[in-house]
Amino acid sequence: MKCNYACGTAEHLHARRRFLGNMATGSGVVVGGLGALTNPSTAKQLETTQKRMIVINMAGGLSQLESWDPKPGTNTGGPFRAIETSVPGVHICELLPHTAKQMHNMAIVRSINTHNGDHGKGTYMMLTGRRQTPAADFPRLGAVVAKGLDKQDSALPGHIHVGGGSGARNNDSAYLGPRYASISLGSGTPPQNSARPKSVSEQSDATRNRLRRKVNTRFAQRRRTAKTDAYTQNYEQALELMAQRDVFDISKESQKDRDRYGPHPFGHHLLLARRLVQSGITFVQVSHSNYDTHNENFNFHLEQLGEFDRPFATLIEDLAASGLLEHTLVVVLSEFGRTPNINKYYGRDHWGNAWSICMSGAGLQRGAVIGKTNDNGTKVTDREVDAGHMFHTYLQALGLDSSGHFDIGGRPIPLADPAFGPISELMA
Amino acid sequence: MNAVPKQTHIVTQWKHDGGPLINCRFDPTGSYVFATAEDRQVLRWELKSGNKISFSGHDSWARGIAFSQDGQTVVTSGYDDTLIWWPVTAEKPEPIRKVKAHKGWIRALAVSPDGAILASGGNDRMVKLWNMKDGKLIREMSKPHELDVYSLAFHPHDGQLLSGDLMGKIHQWKVADGTLTRTLEAKDLHTYNGGQQVHYGGIRSIAFTPDGKQMAVAGLTKATNPLGAVNEPMVVRFDYEPGKILKKHMIDGVKGIAWRALFHPEGHLIGCSGGSGGGFLAFWNAKDDKAFHKLKMPDTARECDLHPDGMQVATVHFDRHLRISKMAAKQEK
Repeated sequence: MKCNYACGTAEHLHARRRFLGNMATGSGVVVGGLGALTNPSTAKQLETTQKRMIVINMAGGLSQLESWDPKPGTNTGGPFRAIETSVPGVHICELLPHTAKQMHNMAIVRSINTHNGDHGKGTYMMLTGRRQTPAADFPRLGAVVAKGLDKQDSALPGHIHVGGGSGARNNDSAYLGPRYASISLGSGTPPQNSARPKSVSEQSDATRNRLRRKVNTRFAQRRRTAKTDAYTQNYEQALELMAQRDVFDISKESQKDRDRYGPHPFGHHLLLARRLVQSGITFVQVSHSNYDTHNENFNFHLEQLGEFDRPFATLIEDLAASGLLEHTLVVVLSEFGRTPNINKYYGRDHWGNAWSICMSGAGLQRGAVIGKTNDNGTKVTDREVDAGHMFHTYLQALGLDSSGHFDIGGRPIPLADPAFGPISELMA
Repeated sequence: MNAVPKQTHIVTQWKHDGGPLINCRFDPTGSYVFATAEDRQVLRWELKSGNKISFSGHDSWARGIAFSQDGQTVVTSGYDDTLIWWPVTAEKPEPIRKVKAHKGWIRALAVSPDGAILASGGNDRMVKLWNMKDGKLIREMSKPHELDVYSLAFHPHDGQLLSGDLMGKIHQWKVADGTLTRTLEAKDLHTYNGGQQVHYGGIRSIAFTPDGKQMAVAGLTKATNPLGAVNEPMVVRFDYEPGKILKKHMIDGVKGIAWRALFHPEGHLIGCSGGSGGGFLAFWNAKDDKAFHKLKMPDTARECDLHPDGMQVATVHFDRHLRISKMAAKQEK
């Protein structure tokens, strides 16, 4: 397979040189890790020019009634009450008191209808903006965003999943190739085996890499393919990752911040997500599990959202305070919502016909509520939205033309499903 | 008249036209059975006539029901942080008093043997004591539970209060000063599922034998899939003084949760279960793990209570029915 190489524009080259130059001057040496990213000029540049995205995947299917679209006092409302938020007239479930205070930084879409109640299909749909078919596989959101926004020679991987894994690549980038596949990381520690073994000196490591590059270059002159490029890129990225392994280490964050995000894994994951986007990584996905509450939905949402609420609100607050929220899109999504009807086990089942997604940042209207469901939440009554609309909206918010296409081997493939478009009224 | 558990049969059922039912208790005089429902109502059925009256006042579902010793006052606890005192017999009941008692759900209530103290336990992990007459706070127990408080029971005569939580722990408190006497544990009734990342189970009820020598706690075990309701009911029987587990009672072949277990004055243990295996009343003796009798109910059961006459058991169900079963042979019509 032949791939499309970097566009080679002056902007890319210039940006790359400037970035690497800053790394050298900021840390004294190239192998200096975080110092490069805390160099004021580099950080400033990242702040002002680069869009980023954090997705929080509420795995299993968050109940819209226990979160963004409460219906207290109705036959489907359940036991929880609605609370006021920092946006007058907008109420969310009482399980999210800290989040409620950040509503002026957020937007809710309450009218999602994906006509789907299957976990696998729902996850695929929400992360690709398309229905799953046997005929084609499409890249996940993180791969599309990394492809669209990453510099060709980005030092760090652009597509990261936090919450399990040890640094391996996943298979979620489809035709965009392995370079944009996600890398799974654990709970706030650098990827396994990312430190140079003690038995290998810095000098011999450098010698080894020089030899590898020389051989690679010679090979590429005659037999360059997408695969050889991917191998080369992986090696170079691994080296950069080793050099900047502190980026992945939340023990470098202050104790105060670690306390603010909480002692549990999800708190660690969100703090790591903040650290990663602050360091210029384009796309970070964090999962919070598990919301597939067919049984005792209310007890489990108490437990899960009790853990979710404070660190999530802290993340939004921090991004807003630092100005990064202007350039960072944060989305809280699920594969679907949960049934308005409460079953005999105090549970709610799968429901894709009327549910909600919460978003924040990247120029989206703050405090907006898009769409509406009826009194007891059983159907959408205004501004019905599909996964395809959401996918377009994410890309547009990130400054990508969602009506554009990838050129894959000379074949144009749309970034997002052309049958849909963005939620234009959400764009500020 | 002695109860004959093996002859237990449903004698009456009443349907609520609102939401599914959650909990039930007979009043001390045996004239009424109270229930709570998912439509936020507290309901009172008169046993003789079947007449139903609704008590409206909670801003969420109500879970706890407890009565004053004279049977004149009922207190309900809600998922709205609130305790409400009501007149039991009123035709148009209005709250006598509302007290914001906890931060979050109040699942459990119990009244002291002398009737003077009302205990409440909440999702704020606290156990609190209230003056039953005037609703004033007497004290909070000295430390919070690790997780939500699910159940409460006063010991019949030794001045102790027991509170059970989601972790399967049972704290024993000295009522007089709120200090923690000891903590017992029914580990089988709690699970943490690492894959689903949830705590599940807990002590759903606590009961004592009339002489206070044995204690039974109800809940669920073998929770292989908490989010999917795959678990089995279990009642753990303790020898109270040494705090030793005597038996782990199961209902053979039944999936679900033992929502409550209580001792019949004649010695056997009665439990109700609901879940994916349907609704059951189950009966155990002291020497066997397995129930010596079980009665399949028409729908999943969510709670039960024993009438003061020792012959009738009330159960509430998801299908909005309150059912009264009698532990005696069916009478010829």
